[in-house]
This record gives sequence, structure tokens and C-alpha cells, in this order.
Amino acid sequence: MPTLAHYLLVSGLLFSLGLAGVLLRRNILVIFMGLELMLNAANLSLVSFSRFNLMEGLPNYNAQVFVFFIITVAAAEVAVGLAIIVALFRAKQTIHVEDLDTLKF
Amino acid sequence: MQLALFCAFSILTLLFAAGVVFLRNPVSSAMCLVMSFIGLAALFVTLDAYFIAVVQVLVYAGAVMVLFLFIIMLLDLRAEKQRSVKLAAWVGGGIVIGGFVSCLAKVLASLPALQATKPPLLQPDINDVAAIGETLFRNYNLPFQIIGVLLLVSTIGVVVLSRKELK
Amino acid sequence: MSTVTAPWIILFTPLAAAVIILFVGRLSKPLSAGLAIAAAATGCVLSWWLYFQPPGPESLQFYWLDFGDAFRVPIGVTIDHLAKVMLIVVTTIATLVFTYSIGYMRTEEGYWRYFAGLALFLFSMLGIVLADNFLMMFIFWELVGVSSYILIGHYFSKDSAADASKQAFIVNRIGDFGFLLGILFFWAATGSVVFADIEKSIPLFAGFPIFLTVAAVLVFCGTVGKSAQLPLHVWLPNSMEGPTPVSSLLHAATMVAAGVYMLARIFPILEAAPMARDVIAWVGGFTCFAAALMATQQDDIKRILAYSTISQLGYMVLGVAVSPSWNEPMFHLFTHAAFKCLLFLCAGSVIVGMHHEQNIWKMGALKNKMPFTFLATCAGALALAGCPLTSGYYSKDLIIAWAVTEKPFLGWLAVATAGLTAFYTFRLLFVVFLGRPRDEHAKSAHESPLIMLIPLACLAVPSLIAGLLVTKGGWFFQIEEPEHVPHILHYVLWALFAAGVGGAWLLYRNAAKDPVSIPAFANRLYIDNVYNWFVKNIQDGGAAVLSWADRWVVDLLIVQVPSKLTWTCGFALRFLQLGNIQAYAFFFGIGVVGLLYFLLSK
Repeated sequence: MPTLAHYLLVSGLLFSLGLAGVLLRRNILVIFMGLELMLNAANLSLVSFSRFNLMEGLPNYNAQVFVFFIITVAAAEVAVGLAIIVALFRAKQTIHVEDLDTLKF
Repeated sequence: MQLALFCAFSILTLLFAAGVVFLRNPVSSAMCLVMSFIGLAALFVTLDAYFIAVVQVLVYAGAVMVLFLFIIMLLDLRAEKQRSVKLAAWVGGGIVIGGFVSCLAKVLASLPALQATKPPLLQPDINDVAAIGETLFRNYNLPFQIIGVLLLVSTIGVVVLSRKELK
Repeated sequence: MSTVTAPWIILFTPLAAAVIILFVGRLSKPLSAGLAIAAAATGCVLSWWLYFQPPGPESLQFYWLDFGDAFRVPIGVTIDHLAKVMLIVVTTIATLVFTYSIGYMRTEEGYWRYFAGLALFLFSMLGIVLADNFLMMFIFWELVGVSSYILIGHYFSKDSAADASKQAFIVNRIGDFGFLLGILFFWAATGSVVFADIEKSIPLFAGFPIFLTVAAVLVFCGTVGKSAQLPLHVWLPNSMEGPTPVSSLLHAATMVAAGVYMLARIFPILEAAPMARDVIAWVGGFTCFAAALMATQQDDIKRILAYSTISQLGYMVLGVAVSPSWNEPMFHLFTHAAFKCLLFLCAGSVIVGMHHEQNIWKMGALKNKMPFTFLATCAGALALAGCPLTSGYYSKDLIIAWAVTEKPFLGWLAVATAGLTAFYTFRLLFVVFLGRPRDEHAKSAHESPLIMLIPLACLAVPSLIAGLLVTKGGWFFQIEEPEHVPHILHYVLWALFAAGVGGAWLLYRNAAKDPVSIPAFANRLYIDNVYNWFVKNIQDGGAAVLSWADRWVVDLLIVQVPSKLTWTCGFALRFLQLGNIQAYAFFFGIGVVGLLYFLLSK
């Protein structure tokens, strides 16, 4: 029977993979996808806590509402973020993150 | 049975997530991400969170990823050209991720509360859409309205940001 | 008009006059003078009226600063007998001097400024007289100092006048520092600054006589400054740079007497502190003698009178220390105000007649040219020298009698001073009015206009008869004669009077220049030189040290070093801005992981 620890381990590994994507890939869009992975890992851990800490015999729906909000906000954030990336591409003609370094000392 | 299903879906999710990170072609990465989300939705179902699972598929896999693919097509990206591997970046990334995973392992091993199995539900067939709906509209009505405004704002923001400059 | 409102009207009319003159005075000279005189005359009439009213409520107050039980400062007026007498003195003399000023200042500059300053002074002085608590008195004390500064520095384009006004203010401040400390002592002990409250709590001090003594001596420091006692007397002769009516009103009759008035006001406190009274006696006695010595060798007509004032103030202060009540020193204050003001106004008349020449060795034989002034000066001189039957004789000799009874050494010193007083007073009279004219101005001198002579006449009357009124008629004061006065005292005093006048007659009747020359006295016992040395070396030296500290310690160490350090740190940290997003993400991740480790290690 999977325990809470199992679910949290999966969530943690998913988060690390997302973090790896952010730190190691140089394509902006893939970095963005890593960001989405991290958000989902958080969602998974929230839902598992909701299921494993029952409130009057039912799952703790506060956490699930929280996940609902996270998904909504993530969707809005993806829209805006992609619009920014498009604008950036129009300005710089590159999606390689190492070429975007004009804001430096 | 439950354990087998959990293992299958979690390995699926993790494998495709690894695919997102390590595949060269951005379209391949996007596809792997879609599969990863579906695996995640399955995991939600094993946790009896049916509404969230459906929302995950609908919104994330259905809307967000489609948007991603649109943008990839729009920008007409090819596979990343091989640039020189920067050792500093890999070492730094390795340190951060290694540190995080070790923290995770330590925490998971130490707390006994985390070793508990799934407690049984009062009613096996709950209408969790209704339950979530009640919680959402009763206790979190104000944040719900604010989220609506947020979506409106982000829509306007996207329109403004993606305007072409008139020469 | 009631006894409740009258004091407030007396107090605030001069302030209103000063404010109005400030705004519209420059338009018309008669207006400025008229407003000031109207204010003074109102005060005079009301003061006399108030004197004859039956005793009413003696203290009326409202609270100005109220911080609860910890600190409560009222603004209030006391109208007991002491205040009523002093009100009469101040307002009457002010009215006469203001009237005199119209004639004196006719051709001078800054007419409206002068009357505004005088009105402000009158307001401040009345505030001191009417104050019912230490703090209010202190505020008006300082205001009087400010008015004095304004009036001494009336001819501010003259360096000597500007320096004199500064010196007056600063030396007064030194005394006021002690005064304020004394007030704080009293407040700390009794929790109140109101005179009545402090007097009620005197029995509480029974176990701590040192405390009361120290507090009383500190408060006396205010008198040392304001009433020009040794060693803070140096400002008074220099204050003669102001116009003569100012010298007569402020620096003879009223402002310098404020110190003595304050001591009279706190007389019950002094009675409870005999050691403080000893200190007061010694200061007063030495001032009296030293100033008389210095006066015998001065050549400026106003400076002779200035040192004479210091000497007579010494008498008053000595009187506070040896008398059984405040009546005796206040009696001398009363008579001194009359005759000294008269003498100063006569000197002013002489100065105007001599076209502003002030050196007595350029005058001479003025009794024919200015007969009325001569007669008035005679009246004042007789009173000052202590001629029997004049007011000065009764008041001064009363104090000498008490001094000889209580503190014999100081008493006989005061007796010697009486002889000196007669000597220098008649020296002045003979050199200025008798003999032969020594200068062009003296030959062409003329009598002053009527408006200047009327106040002289008005002041000559009390100079001559006030003594008889008080001692035989019981007017104004309740004085006590000491018992066991050695009979020889009165004979000695008469003999000294005659000797002083005779000596002056012999030496100065026909002198062309001063036959006696004592440099120590002429140079004022070199006290001014001591002060100059102190300021030049010690004060300037201290200032130089502080200047060095400011440039090298504060500027360099405390200001430059931290600023340079901050700049350097900022410069070093600038290199963290790499511009590479993944580098930033890396720093972020390291931070989070570090934080996690830190939290989990607990």
C-alpha cells in the first residue's frame, strides 16, 4: 500500500527534475516547462496531504481548493509568460537564455 | 493492486518528466510534458481526488500545453544547436539538486507520521465535485472572485504584450 | 476695574504698545512716543490705584503648562504689598523717563525702535514684579535681558555699543545659569515652582540645611548677574553705551533692582538658610566697597554713576542679608531708584547741553549755564551721599546700622564706603558744575528743554522727602530699627559725609585735571583684563581644540570612513549582477537548499 512517504517522494523527485530543467537547459521554453513541472509537483504533494489527513472522514477539501487555485494561476501565468517570450523573441531573435545578458554590470 | 498501480503511474510520470529535461527537440519536450501531466492525473485518481484529476487534464494538458505548442510552432524553433557544455552550470545544478534530494530523503525517513497508509474514507463514493464546490463557494468565495479578476487582467496583459510595434 | 483685572491690564498694556509701535511706529514719531507714554501712564495710574485698594485676593493664576502632578507651571500674578510697592516704583519712574526721552531723543536716530524697546522692557519688568512663580519670573528675567540687549545696542552701528550689548547679555546668562539650576533644585525638592508653595514647604527642609543653602545660593547667582555684583559686574559700566534715559531706567532704577526684588520675594526661603545669607552678605559688602573705589577715579560722567549704582546695589544685597525683613533693602531700592534715576537724567541733560560730550574733564562751570539741572543734581547728590534728612540718609544708614549689628566687619566696610560715596559724588558735582569751563562745549552749553526738566523736578521731590515719609510717616514700608546700635555710628556717618564733601571740595573745586591718580582704580581693579585674558586664551583655546576635533575626528573618522567603506562594499557586490537568468536561478536554489538544511538541522 503506498504510504504518504511514497507520494511525497514522487512529488519531490518531480520537483527536482523540474529544477534540473530550469538550471541546466538553455532553451527558454524548456525552462518554462520545468517551471510547470515544479508547480505540478507541489499540487501532487498538496493532494496527497489532503487525502491522508482526513477531516470528519472526508479528505481535507481546503487543500484541493488550493490546488484548484494553483492550476488557475498557473494557466494565467503561462499565458503571460509565453507572451513575454514571444515579445523577447521579436526583440532579440533568440531563445537561447545565455544571449539575454544585457542587464549586467 | 493499489501499490502496483501507484508504482506504474509514478514511474510513467517521472520518466516523461526526465524526458522533458533531457530531450533536445522542444516539441518532444512538450509532448513528454503532456504525458507527464496525464500520469499525474492518474495519481490524483488514486488519491480519490477525481475533480482535480479532470481539471488537471482539461486545463493543463488540454489548454496550457496546447498554448506551449502553439508558441513553439510560432517561433519556428529547431533543435538546439550544440553549444559547449559549461561545466560550471552542471556542477552548480548538481549541487542544488543533490542538496534538495538529500533533504527530502532525510525528512521522509525521519518522520513516522509519513509512514502511515491511506486511511479509509467514510463513504467510498463521495461526490467530491459537490464537496469542493461547497468549500470553494462558501469559504473561499472572495479569493474565487479575485481569481476571476486575475484572469481578466492576465488576458489584457497578454494582448498588450503581444502587440506588434507599429512602425 | 477690579483688583483682579487691574494687574493684567498693567502687565499687558505695554506689550500691546510695543507691538503696535513695531508695526506703525516708523510712520510718525509722536505716535510711537505717545503710545509708549500712554501705556506707562496707564500702568502708573492703575498701580497707584491698586496700592490704595484694600487687600484682595493675593494671587490669581491659570495653568499654562500642565503635565499633571509631575510638572505644572501657572501664569499668575501676586499682588501682595511687596508687589504693589514695586509696581509704583517701576511704573512711575518709567512714565517720567519716557516723557524725558521725548526731549533727549529728539535728534537721535531710531526713534520708534527706541520706544518699542522701552515698551517691551516695561512689559518684561512688570512681568518680573507680578510673577508668582519661579519659572514665570525666569521667563520675564530673560525678556528683560533681551530688552536690555536691544536698548544698549540702540546705536548698533557703533562697535562699542554692539559689544557692550553682547557682553551684557552673555554675562547675565552666566548668572541665569545658576538661577535656573537653583529653580530646578527647588522644583526637584518641592515639586512646584510657585513661590507660595515653596514657602509652605520650607519646614520640610529642616533636615537638609545644605540643600536649601545650595539652592538659595544658586538662585542668588541670578542676582549676581542681573544686579551686577562682583564678579559679574563688568557689563554695567559698558551698558552706558546706550542712550542715557535707558541707562537711567534700566541700569539704575529698575532692571538691576530686579535682582534685589527677587531676593525680597524669596525672603522667607533666605531666612531659613543662614549660611546662604552669609554668602550674600559677603558678596554684597565687597561689591559695595570695590565699586566705590573704582568710582573715585572714573572720568566719564555716566561711568561714575554706573559704578555708584553697582556700589548701591551692593548695599541693597547686603541689606537683604542682614535685615529682619524685606522692608529695609526695598526701602533703599525705592529711594535709590528715585535719586539715581534723577542723577542719570541730570547727566543726560548735561550731555545734551554739551552736545554729547561725556568726559567730566571737558566740562566745568555749568551751574551758570544750566541752573535748573544744577539744582536737581544737587538734590540727587545729597541723597546719594547720605546727607541727613534726605531719603538716601535714612535708607542707607538703616542698612548700615543693621550691618554693623549683625556682621560688624562688613558693617564698618559699608561705613567706609559711605564716606567714599560722598567723596566721588561731590567730585562729580564740583568738576562738572563748578570751576572754570574747560572746553568749547562747556562755554556754549545751554539749559535743556522743559520736557526734560519736568521729570527732574518730579524725581527731586521723593529724593529729598521720601525718607521722612517712610520713617516718620510709615508710608509704603514697615521698617525696623535695630536695637543696640552703637551711638558712635551716627556721628561717624555724619563726619564721613562732611569729610567726603570737604575732601572733594578741596581737591576738585578748581582743578583743571584730576590731581589724584590711582591707576588700579582707574583701570577698575584690572578685573576686565582678567576676563579678556580668560576669553582670549582659555575660551579661544578650547574653541581651537574643538575645531581640530571637528576637522580630523568627526569629518574624517566618523563621516569619511563609513562612506568610503559603503562605497567599496557596493562596488564589490556589483559583480554579482551577471545578467544570466540561470545564474540567478542557481543563487536562488542554493539559498533555498541552504535554508532547508538550516531548518532541518534543528
